[in-house]
Amino acid sequence: MGIIKALKVGFDYFKYDDDGNVQETQRAVDDVNVDIQEGEFVAILGHNGSGKSTFAKHINALLLPTEGTVWIDNMDTLKEPDLWKIRQKAGMVFQNPDNQIIGTIVEEDVGFGPENMGVPTEDIWKRVEESLSKTGMTAYRHHSPNKLSGGQKQRVAIAGVMAMRPRCIVLDEPTAMLDPNGRKEVLDAVHQLNKQEKVTVVLITHYMEEVIDADHVYVMDEGHVVMEGTPREIFSQVETLKKYRLDVPQVTLLAHELKKSGVDLPDGILTTEELVNALCQ
Amino acid sequence: MIRDITIGQYYPADSILHRLDPRTKLMGTLIFIISVFLFHTIPGYAVATIFLAALIKISKVPVKFIFKGLKAIFVILIITMLFNIFLTPGEVIWKLGFLKMTKEGISLAVRMAIRLIYLVIGSSLMTLTTTPNQLTDGLERGLRPLNRLHVPVHEISMMMSIALRFIPILLEETDKIMKAQIARGADFEDGNLLQKVKNMVPLLVPLFISAFRRANDLAMAMEARCYHGGEHRTQMKPLCYEKRDHVTYLILAAYLAVAITFRVVGI
Ligand SMILES: Nc1ncnc2c1ncn2[C@@H]1O[C@H](COP(=O)(O)OP(=O)(O)O)[C@@H](O)[C@H]1O
Ligand SMILES: [Mg+2]
Repeated sequence: MGIIKALKVGFDYFKYDDDGNVQETQRAVDDVNVDIQEGEFVAILGHNGSGKSTFAKHINALLLPTEGTVWIDNMDTLKEPDLWKIRQKAGMVFQNPDNQIIGTIVEEDVGFGPENMGVPTEDIWKRVEESLSKTGMTAYRHHSPNKLSGGQKQRVAIAGVMAMRPRCIVLDEPTAMLDPNGRKEVLDAVHQLNKQEKVTVVLITHYMEEVIDADHVYVMDEGHVVMEGTPREIFSQVETLKKYRLDVPQVTLLAHELKKSGVDLPDGILTTEELVNALCQ
Repeated sequence: MIRDITIGQYYPADSILHRLDPRTKLMGTLIFIISVFLFHTIPGYAVATIFLAALIKISKVPVKFIFKGLKAIFVILIITMLFNIFLTPGEVIWKLGFLKMTKEGISLAVRMAIRLIYLVIGSSLMTLTTTPNQLTDGLERGLRPLNRLHVPVHEISMMMSIALRFIPILLEETDKIMKAQIARGADFEDGNLLQKVKNMVPLLVPLFISAFRRANDLAMAMEARCYHGGEHRTQMKPLCYEKRDHVTYLILAAYLAVAITFRVVGI
């Protein structure tokens, strides 16, 4: 069993009327099965409202499944009495960089998680220094988060999660509010953590380019996992992706169109280099 | 005007004042405020002025920053002064209809103004040299005895520190919304008071919506980082008194003694 395992997970949002009775329910996640191995870099793709965030919140027990089971490092999120043990194992980075930084000084924010976990003071400092250097934010440790760029804020948020020494980290559209430079900055940091620290990464995004380097990709639509496989397998199905209102990387699209009009090319070309090589053969 | 509020705006620098324990600084601010109300003569205010000037010098905070906080209270200051000048009974020196300017009124107004100004400068000096987190840590530790009376001290201090972090963000947002509304023809400057208040509505509605969204996000982010109240929580920067704090307490005691003496003797 992998570090993150979801079996037949379903989740309903309830709408209440004025008397507190359930008025209607909305199924945001339905029959989702996921098995993620330790150290993997997994991407979840999907159009707005496809249930990505809802599912992501199940991974660190911010939401508990209405149906089915989620196991994080063999702990059942429904049965575990101390939910914060799960949250420490599976950290989470959110979309809006401003709304997840609690501290008024970078290093104090990074220390927030360990403080909550009851880590002794000296260890907190060690962890803070470690995570700041892992995310390349040491130079900014005494700065106010308000004065940082979006990309830097997200790196602080990542450092804050890393200070809890999690086994996996879930990033819910961490680059959606950033400019291209900020996006690259954050993605580089995440890839580095995955490679060097062997942290399992679950990256939620709707930027296709960010998915190319993932080990495994899940595509969600209307609460279901509708496609699953390596980036190459996923991107070779251009028509299906279009059906789920997802944009394919431009190179892949070009290769696809070329192929349709008779050029002999393999499926699922992901980078410009691959396309050039394939064309030159 | 809103942007001039200096409370919650830490000015990073390396000074003794910055390094003092927040509890010491809180106590110091309290004593300074008391002293400003004890002093009521020119020599007394001179002592307070010297004390404050020395602190500003030690703090390494540019004077500009300290005075910026005063802009925000300017209107309140003028109103208080006018009320004092015209509504204090006493020896009339000037009269306009039913308004009587009195000698006692003027002296009271000046005194109130000095007190108000010193109060603001004193407290902004504290917030400028103390990170909001230290400040709330200081309050939390200082008020811990109230826990026995079931006052949720930790929760209150957490709320304060979050408020302090979000004040600059919300101010920036107000500015942005204001500009967006002005670009669409909104007018926040003209008209009488009632109209001005009415014009604020399209500003406040989006601001509130955004504030609630932020609150929701932040609560989730805090939970995701294992926040579960004050119990079993450790601190990255636990408070402990150093030698400099003991010395400061001595100085504060001496200063308070001077203030009390001045009052008792009547200087
Ligand atoms: N707090 C909520 N209350 C009610 N419905 C919600 C809530 N959050 C999300 N939903 C609904 O659940 C569905 C999935 O949303 P979400 O998980 O946020 O999707 P995504 O992150 O992929 O954009 C959407 O239809 C959305 O309207
Ligand atoms: Mg989402």
